[in-house]
Amino acid sequence: MSKTLYDKIWDDHLVHEDNDGTALLYVDRHLVHEVTSPQAFEGLRIQGRQVRKPKLTLAVPDHNVPTTDRSKGISDKQSKIQVDTLRNNCKEFGINLFDVNDKRQGIVHIIGPEQGFTQPGTVIVCGDSHTATHGAFGSLAFGIGTSEVEHVLATQTLIQKKSKNFRVNVNGSLPAGVTSKDVILKIIGTIGTAGGTGYVIEFAGEVIRNLSVEQRMTICNMTIEAGARAGLIAPDDKTIEYFKDRPMSPKGDNWTKAVAHWKKLFSDSDAKFDKEVNIDAKEIEPLVTWGTSPQDVSPITGEVPDPEKEKDKDRRIAMYRSLEYMGLKPKMKISDIKVDKIFIGSCTNGRIEDLRLAAKLLKGKKIASDVSAMVVPGSGLVKKQAEEEGIDKVFKNAGFEWREPGCSMCLGMNEDQLSSKERCASTSNRNFEGRQGRGGRTHLVSPGMAVAAAIKGYLADVREIN
Amino acid sequence: MEKFIKLKSIPAHIPLMNIDTDMIIPKQFLKTIKRTGLGKSLFYEMRYDESGKLIDEFILNNDPYSKSKILLAGKNFGCGSSREHAPWALIDFGIRCVISPSFADIFYNNCFNNGILPIIIDEKSIQELYEYSKRKEEIEVDLNEQMILYGNKKLTFDIEPAKKKRLLEGLDNIGLSLKKIPNIEKFENSMNKTKPWI
Repeated sequence: MSKTLYDKIWDDHLVHEDNDGTALLYVDRHLVHEVTSPQAFEGLRIQGRQVRKPKLTLAVPDHNVPTTDRSKGISDKQSKIQVDTLRNNCKEFGINLFDVNDKRQGIVHIIGPEQGFTQPGTVIVCGDSHTATHGAFGSLAFGIGTSEVEHVLATQTLIQKKSKNFRVNVNGSLPAGVTSKDVILKIIGTIGTAGGTGYVIEFAGEVIRNLSVEQRMTICNMTIEAGARAGLIAPDDKTIEYFKDRPMSPKGDNWTKAVAHWKKLFSDSDAKFDKEVNIDAKEIEPLVTWGTSPQDVSPITGEVPDPEKEKDKDRRIAMYRSLEYMGLKPKMKISDIKVDKIFIGSCTNGRIEDLRLAAKLLKGKKIASDVSAMVVPGSGLVKKQAEEEGIDKVFKNAGFEWREPGCSMCLGMNEDQLSSKERCASTSNRNFEGRQGRGGRTHLVSPGMAVAAAIKGYLADVREIN
Repeated sequence: MEKFIKLKSIPAHIPLMNIDTDMIIPKQFLKTIKRTGLGKSLFYEMRYDESGKLIDEFILNNDPYSKSKILLAGKNFGCGSSREHAPWALIDFGIRCVISPSFADIFYNNCFNNGILPIIIDEKSIQELYEYSKRKEEIEVDLNEQMILYGNKKLTFDIEPAKKKRLLEGLDNIGLSLKKIPNIEKFENSMNKTKPWI
């Protein structure tokens, strides 16, 4: 019987299935960070349970670590307790940890692939909704709650019900200035924040095939913003090339065997999808969000929408609330929205290719005088690579701050936050109320669009920067 | 985990769609290493002003809703982050049942690991329950019968049998899965042969 990529990975990890379809699924790779794991380890201790396969878990502090000088330790008491707790738990249960001052430390979804810990065809989980990122390599990857983290630690499995299959085809080729960030914002704007609920989405089509693996990660990363359990992209030669010689990639004979397995990871040509959506790439423009939901997207050339034109009552109420929170008026031009801060980073857009693209546009220019801007590389290794290429100097010369790696202002758990009514063009993934700081106003954009906004001081069209 | 069998309460209505987990419990409260104590920070930015004073208009700040155990909300409740602090905050506040036209996937699963019953019913029924809630009279949720009783009316709801059993009996998932260790070992042995690189 023909199968989708999701069907294949699912079947390959089925340990047990009850009559009602409740399945026990094997977990190949488990990522752990400081915020959603303390209660899971505590649960194990209370019950006297062990970690079943410590080698299949990798831990890193990323959510609340400071992005300024770390040589004197973490000054925030509660953050320090969480990071210390992670360290102690890893030691007690024999789990590999990239600690705060390890060169490999970084955002959990960036270091997994970087180390080759992430691999095609695996089931990967983490107590973080953006685990979907790893789907870019053809792994079934999704976020879980802390009770499930505890379940994985104790059993190396997870209780799951199978989702339905959804395919999004992005056809044609991308216009100039349009990146994978715009593609995923377009998809979320099209299907809505709950459009993927109950599904695993496979992204396919010419545009997806032509993207680099890092660009594909941006797409899968934000699948959760469309409500889907996971996002998937079939691995190809680019994927295999990416994993060659990574520290934790298979070696020697195992590499050959692994590659042979990875090459079988695709949806059969006659596989059935429960839902399918086609997107024409030529209709995608550089996008920004205007509201407080990732589906609130507009082309940079567009206007803030008028809620009065919305037919759905609940949606209209939500739009009014968003506009009030964002301090915007219906029908104002998007390019008339003035920004205070720029944030480049996060598991969505904190990789070396993102920084290269931004630096290329920024070279020799300065940020607007009333704007403050920061770059937070996704990992210590991304930071090091960027510094070797002189990218840090481009940012610093333009007026950006160059920080240490972590989640930073994407969720503002550390000191990197927006003040009330401060407006930010951000390469992150969520524009929820209060996400980047109480009262803070977030506009989601691509790294190129963040640079354009930094230079102009307003939300601006990346195609006008040369 | 505490069992969920029947629950009686005056429901509180928050008429918003896409209530995300950042709204339910903002980031500054995620620095805890405990599961308890989050109830006072539930819906923090809607409940307290910037000086930390209670906002009078917010429903959970008003009696009898400040003691509600049942929440009525708009669609896609619990979207966003996977933080289990969201159900922990609800349960710590005293809310054990959320009724919405739809839930985000991870939040929905997290509820069942914390003895919270998420009920999916259509928007019209939510509206009806909301109208009823204005009387400040209790409604009853009966999980075994899959029924919501209000006044002399009733509504039925669907739930997966395995998830229902879990709540009714307050089962420990990990304990149950550990009974399947022979299956897990068999799987691992076979995987070691077919996928030795894992």
